[in-house]
Amino acid sequence: MTETTTSGTRPPETRNGVIGRPIDRIDGPLKVTGNATYAYENVLEGTAYGYVLGAAVAKGRIAEIDTAEAERAPAVLLIMTHRNAPAQPEFGPTVTPTVPEVFTRARPALNSDRVRYYDEPVALVVAETFEAARAAAGLIRVRYDKEPGLYDLTGHKADAYAPKRTNAGFETDSVVGDFESAFTTAPVKIDTTYRTPFEHHNPMEPHATLAAWSGDDLTIHTSAQTLANFRAGVASTLRMPLERVRIVSPFIGGGFGSKLIAHADTILAALAAQVLQRPVKIALTRQQMFANAGHRAEMIQQVRLGADTDGRLTGMAHDVWSATSSFEEYCEQTAVFARSLYAAPNRLTRHRLVPMDINRGEWMRSPGEAPGMLAFECAMDELAERVGVDPIELRIRNEPAQDPEREVPFSTRNLVACMEEGARRFGWERRNPTPGRTREGRKLIGCGMAAAIRPNYIGAAAARVAIDRDGLVTARLDMTDIGTGTYTILTQIAAESLGVPISSIKMELGDSRFPRTAGSGGSWGAASAGSALHDACSVLKERILAAAHSNEASPLRGANATEASFANSEVRIGQRSASLADLIRMTAPDGFEAEGSVAAGATTQSYKAFSQHSYGAHFVEVAVDCDTGEIRMSRMLAVIGAGRILNAKTARSQIIGGMIWGIGAALMEQTVLDPRYGHFVNHDLAEYHVPVNGDVPAMEVVFLEQHDDKANPLGAKGLGELGVCGAGAAVANAIYNATGVRVREFPITLDKVLPALPLIAI
Amino acid sequence: MQSFTYERAANAQQAAAAVAARPDAKFISGGTNLLDLMKLEIERPAHLVDISRLPLDRIEETAAGGLRVGAQVRNSDLAADPLVRSRYPMLTQALLAGASGQIRNKASTSGNLLQRTRCPYFYDRHMPCNKREPGSGCAALQGFNRMHAILGTSEACIAVHPSDMAVAMSGLDASIETVSPDGEVRGIPIRDFHRLPGTMPHVETVLDHGEMITAVTLPPPPPGRQVYRKVRDRASYAFALVSVAAIVEKSGDRIRSARIAMGGVAAKPWRATETERGLAGAAAAEGVLNDAAEAALAGAVGHGANDFKIPLAKRTVRHTLATAIKGA
Repeated sequence: MTETTTSGTRPPETRNGVIGRPIDRIDGPLKVTGNATYAYENVLEGTAYGYVLGAAVAKGRIAEIDTAEAERAPAVLLIMTHRNAPAQPEFGPTVTPTVPEVFTRARPALNSDRVRYYDEPVALVVAETFEAARAAAGLIRVRYDKEPGLYDLTGHKADAYAPKRTNAGFETDSVVGDFESAFTTAPVKIDTTYRTPFEHHNPMEPHATLAAWSGDDLTIHTSAQTLANFRAGVASTLRMPLERVRIVSPFIGGGFGSKLIAHADTILAALAAQVLQRPVKIALTRQQMFANAGHRAEMIQQVRLGADTDGRLTGMAHDVWSATSSFEEYCEQTAVFARSLYAAPNRLTRHRLVPMDINRGEWMRSPGEAPGMLAFECAMDELAERVGVDPIELRIRNEPAQDPEREVPFSTRNLVACMEEGARRFGWERRNPTPGRTREGRKLIGCGMAAAIRPNYIGAAAARVAIDRDGLVTARLDMTDIGTGTYTILTQIAAESLGVPISSIKMELGDSRFPRTAGSGGSWGAASAGSALHDACSVLKERILAAAHSNEASPLRGANATEASFANSEVRIGQRSASLADLIRMTAPDGFEAEGSVAAGATTQSYKAFSQHSYGAHFVEVAVDCDTGEIRMSRMLAVIGAGRILNAKTARSQIIGGMIWGIGAALMEQTVLDPRYGHFVNHDLAEYHVPVNGDVPAMEVVFLEQHDDKANPLGAKGLGELGVCGAGAAVANAIYNATGVRVREFPITLDKVLPALPLIAI
Repeated sequence: MQSFTYERAANAQQAAAAVAARPDAKFISGGTNLLDLMKLEIERPAHLVDISRLPLDRIEETAAGGLRVGAQVRNSDLAADPLVRSRYPMLTQALLAGASGQIRNKASTSGNLLQRTRCPYFYDRHMPCNKREPGSGCAALQGFNRMHAILGTSEACIAVHPSDMAVAMSGLDASIETVSPDGEVRGIPIRDFHRLPGTMPHVETVLDHGEMITAVTLPPPPPGRQVYRKVRDRASYAFALVSVAAIVEKSGDRIRSARIAMGGVAAKPWRATETERGLAGAAAAEGVLNDAAEAALAGAVGHGANDFKIPLAKRTVRHTLATAIKGA
């Protein structure tokens, strides 16, 4: 169930009523009929198939690699190892000089005898068929000189170092006032430590590439979220001019941040295709994705809250210790959200890292907030209980008037409205504040809530739009649709702007030949690509109007009214109107074309002058089995403030997808790193649990719409990751309310609550 | 996956002979487990004998009043059979608690009994595993063993048998019918079918190479209420942390007879026979159930990450017995 409530002013370009409508995704029929071609499904004449062999040790050197038997295996075309792989640049320093270079740096594969992490590629077999390549890979014998590695966060917490920056370039530490003094003298103190485990993205579609050369030109069919960065990364690794690399990625079966950079499938397919002079296709297996396609790192988070007896914060500190890779630093911005969420005069946030002999972490959906809010929003509930204040009331008492660290106003902020509306709809007043007291049959029932916050970004983007003599519109951007509904909302934006039906719009995405956008990531896709497209449509309309006014063949020639509109496939100037198709046919038989763009948010005045975030409030009811400790969800509600909603259906899907991630993070997602071998033990989907349909309860999403004119011309704010933020904490707080057990080590599996559950009479 | 040859068997005895003729041959039916293992080269058969189309897919009533379930009856069909549903509801509950709809549509009765452990170290060729590579050691013993066995383990192996179906069949005293290459037919009580690891965890059943399961025979349903309770980390598509199949027959306020079989605790479905004997004639009272739960887990040993299974199994036994008593 979804409801949308709008407050504030409506932007002018809603008059055609297309934006916001819950229309079905336009790529849906292609997907359900199997006609959306994903990377590995592309067919090129003469394609050969690659299979990657991974290292059997986590750290060391390849002492010997015997490929003789594999080379003799049927249908084998090439075996590539560090001994014969084409030269590539060195990997380089653990930290790039600038943030953008993280995405564009060379990521060589098979370029060294050194093994840096378990299952790192040590060989590639290419054969006439996938099966032949896989079978031959099993015949390669590798001997390693193994070295001891480091895989223990807790044991090395004291040795952690402070990175120069966090992901996305945020400051590593923030200090306002004097937290330590404030905490020492605070009448109420909460000092609590939470742990979150390694997690893996596991998009449905694996990382896969078909690489094909034509002379010096390379075309990469792959599954990528941000084509421009991906392209630059490939070009750096292969030492090629950017313009010789084309990335094609029209359909993506989920990314969640694991497809922002090129992985071994891409680099090795390109290298092998070059060596063999024929197209080469490689996919990582599901098992290989656990080591080779990113993860969220294990973390320890200490939250300290000093408050007066009414629960008003006098100081807050959020300290994070995280695992990172020994060869490439990645510091998730876990405490950064806390810089903007609640008021407190004295503040401290810090990020520290412990390098391990594992692959680098990557940007897993809601980087920062996903683990950070698990800890912080549980700690807020610990404070609420300590001072005897309702959790919502506690959060309202700490609502800041402006951004508490940047000291600039919020562009729009409706967190309190989200919490209050959620409380009313959820029936929050019926929750028993005393934990462990509500039982239905043999189930303990609990309710919990948490706040949600996620920064609003905009990335530089451009778009090209053309209209032909039949009034058909073609829009082109290198934007991607990672399953979020981008095709659909961009179509709505163009249809709204140009006053044509969505059936008149042809949206072409996912090709690096199209104008550059910021791609899909950081919840900024809709705002960035959408604003660029909106701008392109405005330019196009100006060109059409100019012709309508002045072209000798124009049926509207001489219309002197200043008010012009595009609606119902017509152009109206004052009292006169003409069909858009007629107008173009008469004035420009070749049609019109226009480009538009939007600048990166960080460079604009409105981002400097305003603190911009999306908000929400999550409400959860759980049932805990008294006999077994099994935790099952009963219902979830999210009330969301993310500016203007572009499509109520795809927006809801984004939010409920995030809420389900919250269930996973709270209850089951965990990859276990075995400190003896340095490998992720449960590296498949049978052992790494994500929620299944049976775990997902009735879900309700309510949007409190606000047009945010500081955010972008559309008034929309990012929501792709907002649904995750705080959702898991709401689950954890509900479990506490149900059982009286505060589990501080995620995920909350039944064994962690079972010892505290009373044995109730049969 | 290594390349292999393939043949489709014409009848049961020929199938048995075809496998017996080659030490590197295996039967294949639904392939829901074997193919996964072959892709990872944990299983490397050079020859497969497909038995999925043999006419062993019928469910028939026996003269004794039981059921004879053909080895090739699919898990979905077995779960949906009206006689199974009405007389052996515990078996239907167990089947439907296992795997996913797609897998149950494909998986056979005999294949379900023969599925291999989900121990993640068994599943990774680079890890020591006595079951996969005898003599290489057991990585699970000191490793991530949250899913592992608490009963009947050895220093060589602490893996569990992952089946739900087999646990219910154990509670029902099923008998496994086989044919040998020479045509000899034998019936193996399910309690004797799976072996505990001992020093040879790679030998998982008492079947000879080439001996093929043709049917599972269920004796007439025992009196009493049947309940299967599976405890798992998510609501569906997860292996049991523990599961309990219980049958309780009541007489007034007393228990006349009881059966308890547990899954997720050992390398085989674990019957608590001594506990069952102790319950016969006992009062259907809370204290009795608590004592039974303690007794059923007598001798259980945790290995760290799976210590919680001992109290969990006790609580699940207690509650499952109580549920069966309420309905008896």
